[in-house]
Amino acid sequence: MRLRRLEAEAIFIMREAASEFRNPVMLYSIGKDSSAMLHLALKAFYPSKLPFPLLHVDTTWKFREMIAFRDETAARLGLDLIVHTNVEGLARGISPVASGSAVHTQVMKTEALRQALDKCRFDAAFGGARRDEEKSRAKERIFSHRSAAHGWDPRNQRPELWNIFNTRIKPGESMRVFPLSNWTELDVWEYIRAEDIPVVPLYFAKERPVVDRDGLLIVRDDDRLPLKPGEKTRMELVRFRTLGCYPLTGALRSSAATLDEIIDEMRNSASSERQGRAIDHDDAGSMEKKKREGYF
Amino acid sequence: MSGPARVTAKTAKPVRIDEVDTRPALRFLTCGSVDDGKSTLIGRLLYEQNLIFDDHLAALERDSKKHGTVGAELDFALLLDGLEAEREQGITIDVAYRYFSTKRRSFIVADTPGHEQYTRNMATGASNSELAVLLVDARKGLLGQTRRHAIIAALLGIRYAVLAVNKSDLVAFDQAVFDEIVTQFKSFVTELGFKEIVAIPISARDGDNVSSRSDRTPWYKGPSLLDYLESVDVEDDRAGTPFRMPVQWVNRPNSDFRGFAGTIAGGSVRPGDEIAVLPSGRTTRVARIVTADGDLEVAGTKSAVTLTLADEIDIARGDVLAAVRDRPQIADQFAAQLVWMSNDKLMPGRSYFMKIGSRTMTATITELRHRLDIDTLAKLAAKTLSLNEVGVCNIATAMPVAFDPYAENRDTGAFILIDRYSNETVAAGMISFALRRATNVHHQDLAVGKKARSALMHHKPAVLWFTGLSGAGKSTIANLVEAGLNARGVHTVMLDGDNVRHGLNKDLGFTETDRVENIRRIGEVAKLMTEAGLIVLCSFISPFRAERRMVRELLDEGEFVEVFVDTPIDQCIARDPKGLYKRALAGEIKNFTGVDQAYEVPENPELHLMAGRQEADALANKVIDELVRREICSK
Ligand SMILES: Nc1nc2c(ncn2[C@@H]2O[C@H](COP(=O)(O)OP(=O)(O)O)[C@@H](O)[C@H]2O)c(=O)[nH]1
Repeated sequence: MRLRRLEAEAIFIMREAASEFRNPVMLYSIGKDSSAMLHLALKAFYPSKLPFPLLHVDTTWKFREMIAFRDETAARLGLDLIVHTNVEGLARGISPVASGSAVHTQVMKTEALRQALDKCRFDAAFGGARRDEEKSRAKERIFSHRSAAHGWDPRNQRPELWNIFNTRIKPGESMRVFPLSNWTELDVWEYIRAEDIPVVPLYFAKERPVVDRDGLLIVRDDDRLPLKPGEKTRMELVRFRTLGCYPLTGALRSSAATLDEIIDEMRNSASSERQGRAIDHDDAGSMEKKKREGYF
Repeated sequence: MSGPARVTAKTAKPVRIDEVDTRPALRFLTCGSVDDGKSTLIGRLLYEQNLIFDDHLAALERDSKKHGTVGAELDFALLLDGLEAEREQGITIDVAYRYFSTKRRSFIVADTPGHEQYTRNMATGASNSELAVLLVDARKGLLGQTRRHAIIAALLGIRYAVLAVNKSDLVAFDQAVFDEIVTQFKSFVTELGFKEIVAIPISARDGDNVSSRSDRTPWYKGPSLLDYLESVDVEDDRAGTPFRMPVQWVNRPNSDFRGFAGTIAGGSVRPGDEIAVLPSGRTTRVARIVTADGDLEVAGTKSAVTLTLADEIDIARGDVLAAVRDRPQIADQFAAQLVWMSNDKLMPGRSYFMKIGSRTMTATITELRHRLDIDTLAKLAAKTLSLNEVGVCNIATAMPVAFDPYAENRDTGAFILIDRYSNETVAAGMISFALRRATNVHHQDLAVGKKARSALMHHKPAVLWFTGLSGAGKSTIANLVEAGLNARGVHTVMLDGDNVRHGLNKDLGFTETDRVENIRRIGEVAKLMTEAGLIVLCSFISPFRAERRMVRELLDEGEFVEVFVDTPIDQCIARDPKGLYKRALAGEIKNFTGVDQAYEVPENPELHLMAGRQEADALANKVIDELVRREICSK
């Protein structure tokens, strides 16, 4: 019942946005939340096909397994998938290794997303963010209004009453829509288990080549991550709780290799999921700032 | 008095463990005055359940040192406040949603602020909650805010309330203090219609009676707060109510399949059930309940489904499917309660968008019956509602809608109002009952006059007369004003040199007599248009006082609004948009106002715009504000 209620709520939100916006898109980040969101969307519009495309902002630093999973998913489900990369950023040599997490995220994610949204003139974008992820997200709306410059003004958001969403926007403005707002991380995993939703294998524990970087356990996905003199990768049994660009996402020492084990582990877990993300450590209130600038 | 103060006799049903995982999360909100300890309470709840992750706890310890108000201890309030600005000021300014679960239940908490001006956020939180935890500072007793919050919670249909008497540590856990507060509260809330109220003495800071019973209140025999929240059964029995489903999306993958997607807002549905489509009233049967997991034999309240029907009936998004023998009401006029949420006041007569279920249409508040004083529940006469005010009004919609009274169904009886110009959500509305047309429409006389025509308009007729030098900016401002009025649903027409000189007045030149005749004709046309109920924007140099007065006198009292667009002549010459000054100064054009013909400055214009100094936008807003001030139209 608990999951069914959340499922129904997410489906309601998606149908509402699909009905009221001219040109919506679903942001697909390949992670577990995106997997759940995609599954929900397929259910919401069944037996019709998805009435909107998917958009993946590819920073070119995703794990190879993520990209393989993305392409396999798109092919299996016959999805209309748009992949966008900020090629100017790439040409400028921006990378998490050379530029650091802040610049990389700003250019290859935030700016890239804006480029793609502007180029295709999307007026609504579904995102898989949950309110339980981070403090400032706790106050995020389900339908979050963005200015024509994609800015988020925390003082100028519309009150959301009942399930009656005010979707009206002016030309150039857009809406971010978060169907999983009321889900917790555990809800997502339990739903994935209940519905048998495929997720990227990186979520499951396996021996992987790791190095230590700034307190994070980094899996070296390819040789683009330079080793320091004398440094060597070592094999450890690790998995990911959250997936991003590989040099910025810390792995977790874990032996949880099945959904049941992951859920058990999480029930006893004592750290929150964003901990594995380098960007959040940049400074206090950092997510808030990123959001104002248009980061998801 | 001791033990939980049950205003009604019903006791909470204990829930068996095996039911737990299947129950939907309990959605509750916390409210109270500033500093009553809401944030501390929720932080404490999370902390005691070991639900604060290590990294969050580390951040909290850091933050407590930096911003905290409780010295070296953990300041739980900081765990909840999210936005930077709030953190600096130490206040909560919005609704924050928190998620936690215990072994027995999941919870979604809406944390709403205590500041007086943020009542709208509380209403927002309440609209999605089933239970309210009302915090009171034991030292202060009941305050206006607590009453107000209880009223808003009740107004928004919350039927379960916990009165958490906090900071009991600061009154030495005195039973008399607690009892006094509970007695006061009881006398106040009986008329609010809560189904169950439980009062608990707590200390959010120290944890007494928060997740387990405290030794420091031996006289208190009731459950701890968490115990109560885990066990209370709030699922209102929507299953017993008649079937309702607003159509959200028409599902049409190919010509063989036509389904109607929506979330069931009341009752349940089975294939074969006879249903009515509203507002059209056509009836048919449910053929299939389609979901991606296969067809269902029955679907209950709050499930998201797709229905196919036995007959081909024209059905669109916004229609409501309902039980044939127990249909919602249909009306285009009803009485409703409103919580006003905007800084712009409610304007009776103004056209707003109204969204109810999946239908959006225009609607007007035809009458504000009264404002509700939310401290005393007194009905006060009122012309408007301001931010955070609650009122009862009559509303007319552009087309008939299917609805249930809010008290019977929160989903089919609730609506929001949206400003057509700013797109802001300006009000939360709850329908009370339909108004019969007969009680509302008065047929007086058969000859349709100016008054009858203008009654349809929701604004008064008027002539906005823009006068000033050539190049002063009259037309620019007039155009902006017209756009603004149009967006507000005001019926307008523009008369200016372009459309008048080329048609009606093409036989006239620019001599003094011709100028006078020009204005006379324009005045007469404007007058006819006010008869039709329009707001007429006239933008003419009209250099002579007498002609302007002549037009004024053609019209009814208060209808002529003279707007003097006052731009220094040097500036007009510098702008010279059509190159006319250049030619006039060179002597190529005769009788040019400001060059070789006088401009008579208005002596008492309704509005004097110092147009040289401000942007046209700002000036246009001034004009609209003036119309609002004069109650010609609404904001
Ligand atoms: N002594 C005492 N102080 C409390 C208690 N609950 C909250 N406080 C303090 O009251 C102040 C306001 O609390 P806060 O949770 O921020 O209030 P809010 O504005 O309602 O969220 C803080 O300094 C808290 O430490 C309590 O039960 N006992």
